[in-house]
Amino acid sequence: MASISARRLAKELREIQLEGCPVGIALVTADDFATWRFSIEVMGESLYEGEQYLLQFRFDSQYPISSPAVQFVVGPERESPIHPHVYSNGHICASILGTEWSPVLSVVAVCVTLQSMLASCKKKERPVDNDRYVRTAPENPKKTRFHYDDDNV
Amino acid sequence: MSSDYEFSDDEGDYYDDEDMMDTQEDEDDDEMMGSYDDFKIAPKGKHKSYEVEYESLSQDAVEKLMSADVEHICGIFGVDRDTALLLLRSMSWNKERLIEKYMDNATSVLCAAGIQVPEPTPENSRSHSTTARRATRSTSKFLGLSTTSKSKSPASPIATSPKPFVCPICFDDSPDLNTRALVCEHQFCTGCWSTYICSKIRDEGEHAIRCMAEGCHIIAPDTFIRTVLSSEDGDPEENALALARFHELLVRHFVASNSSLKYCPYPGCTNTVSCPSASSKSSLILMVPTVSCGARGIGGQSMSASQVLEKGGGLGIQAKEHKFCFGCPIDGDHRPLICTVARMWIKKCRDDSETANWIKSNTKECTNCLSTIEKNGGCNHMTCKKCKHEFCWVCMGPWSEHGTQWYSCNRYDEKAGIDARDAQSRSRASLERYLHYYNRWANHEQSAKLSIDLYAKTEKKMEDMQVTSALTWIEVQFMKKAVEEVDKCRMTLKWTYAMAYYLAKGNEKDLFEDNQRDLEKAVEDLSELLESPIEPETIPQLRQKVTDKTVYVQNRNEIVLEDTANGFLEGRWKWNAVVEGFDEPERLEY
Repeated sequence: MASISARRLAKELREIQLEGCPVGIALVTADDFATWRFSIEVMGESLYEGEQYLLQFRFDSQYPISSPAVQFVVGPERESPIHPHVYSNGHICASILGTEWSPVLSVVAVCVTLQSMLASCKKKERPVDNDRYVRTAPENPKKTRFHYDDDNV
Repeated sequence: MSSDYEFSDDEGDYYDDEDMMDTQEDEDDDEMMGSYDDFKIAPKGKHKSYEVEYESLSQDAVEKLMSADVEHICGIFGVDRDTALLLLRSMSWNKERLIEKYMDNATSVLCAAGIQVPEPTPENSRSHSTTARRATRSTSKFLGLSTTSKSKSPASPIATSPKPFVCPICFDDSPDLNTRALVCEHQFCTGCWSTYICSKIRDEGEHAIRCMAEGCHIIAPDTFIRTVLSSEDGDPEENALALARFHELLVRHFVASNSSLKYCPYPGCTNTVSCPSASSKSSLILMVPTVSCGARGIGGQSMSASQVLEKGGGLGIQAKEHKFCFGCPIDGDHRPLICTVARMWIKKCRDDSETANWIKSNTKECTNCLSTIEKNGGCNHMTCKKCKHEFCWVCMGPWSEHGTQWYSCNRYDEKAGIDARDAQSRSRASLERYLHYYNRWANHEQSAKLSIDLYAKTEKKMEDMQVTSALTWIEVQFMKKAVEEVDKCRMTLKWTYAMAYYLAKGNEKDLFEDNQRDLEKAVEDLSELLESPIEPETIPQLRQKVTDKTVYVQNRNEIVLEDTANGFLEGRWKWNAVVEGFDEPERLEY
């Protein structure tokens, strides 16, 4: 099983190196098949103009059958984007990372989806339950069972 | 929703199964009786008031029931078995609702069940902005199927060139690659399908397996899953396990959808118990539906009752019967206490409420640093160990204010002081009362846990007896029977203490406690006999005594169970707390 995951990631990486990423997205690190990092920026007019975020992917041996663990990197000098679906610890509540994940989705496809999620945001605010969630959240966002209640943002 | 079967056309099949199960049970019973004829007390076939009628169904038997439902739907709608099965699953096996909805709008039901691809609408709600946006990106080039295959853009190189198929998941492009697709025509290689289905079934315990394509809501039908898992792709052992688990998941879903069925909660057991008389919530205040699925043992070592007998002994944990309550998740037998009150008791024991009660009745808080202080003697001049704050235990005010006139504090507080003392002693009395019942309850619980040791010791004794006396294997079985009886009665006793805690004061409670005391005494006597050392010359007398006592204990247990069960049916029991389904207690007095 591990071979599928490695072969698939190798192929995705080759595509990225050959064709480059979509505008606003750039590969930062991909030293192994366990953790990749991308920088992500919203192009054009949006609430996040000029802001750059770091997106982290973690893969298990079941990838792409099981979804990657995706979150924004939060550090001393880095924050997650202020968005109704993004928690201050970097966890993202998006159905395609959970129940709507499909093995045909790729790392770049996830980046693009998240980019467009940010682009279509109309008001910068944290999720309503941010404080409560962040206090008790597991380290791996995949362990959280998100309740996807809003398809529009 | 409750009794699907009673109204269905397949009654014939249903009762056939029942008959079959009955005969099996009879056989088992006969075998049991054969070895313990001495102990038979109740006439066989009579339904005791503390027992509930139920039947045990094997996974095969439940699958037969499912099949009957599927056939029924096939006949009415003129669809194949796969479709009927998916339709029933999507409606939680509610045939009436399915028929109604299907007659109303077949297409929408078929789409909702993931059987048919919905007609493309101009504003397809599923492909929201993000999908549309992604389709224009380069990503869709190497993920040819991230959008539906029909709408492949002609500009995409994969779609235009007649290149060999590349599986969009593992990127395998070997020319002899086998592919498979559901009705939605999303092609993937057979290897990926088998990995995906295995992972869904075994890791996620999911029986509704959707197509792997993004946003596709088509669900893989039974035949498809069976074909994939029995093909040569993937590890055949893994596949076989996944297939077995898939069938189990379907059965579990069916059982969970039907309130008169319940899955055996013992690990590794796949039996189901059908108990229509306990399927409604209101029936649970009248009886305790203790059932058994018929199997024994844990995990892979499950065996039937007859196998246990064949193995000769069958004492101890390996042979424990799969007994459980049909009405609530408490495992084991909580007779004679009904589910609601048993749950109240368990919750009370688990809660820290009693710890809080103790703290309340025995301690006060330092007014300065809020440390909890227990006054264990001495005068009322308190000095907090932690913050050195000095205060008066009576009025809780700072000691400095008392100075020379601390008597006035006492006088000022007289009325309030009496009230406070009363409140404190009431709280203490309630705590003591709880501890009285709890200690006895916990004691029996503990004894039941130790019964494993007792079983082992008894087996040893039985062997010794066969060596030192002329008794045969069959003749020393009285020991084993006695141990089993003690174990069973301790279970009953345990729950009588929980029940007594909640029973309202009165004659009924007195009678209940009399019965309880008689059983308690009988059980202790028998226990002592079992623990006594074995002298070769007194074995015959011991055997007689133990046998007599066992029958007596059995009788006492019957009386307790029978009387409480009848009490529930007659509405004789009154509680001292609010219990759902009962009248509110007149006074909350213990």
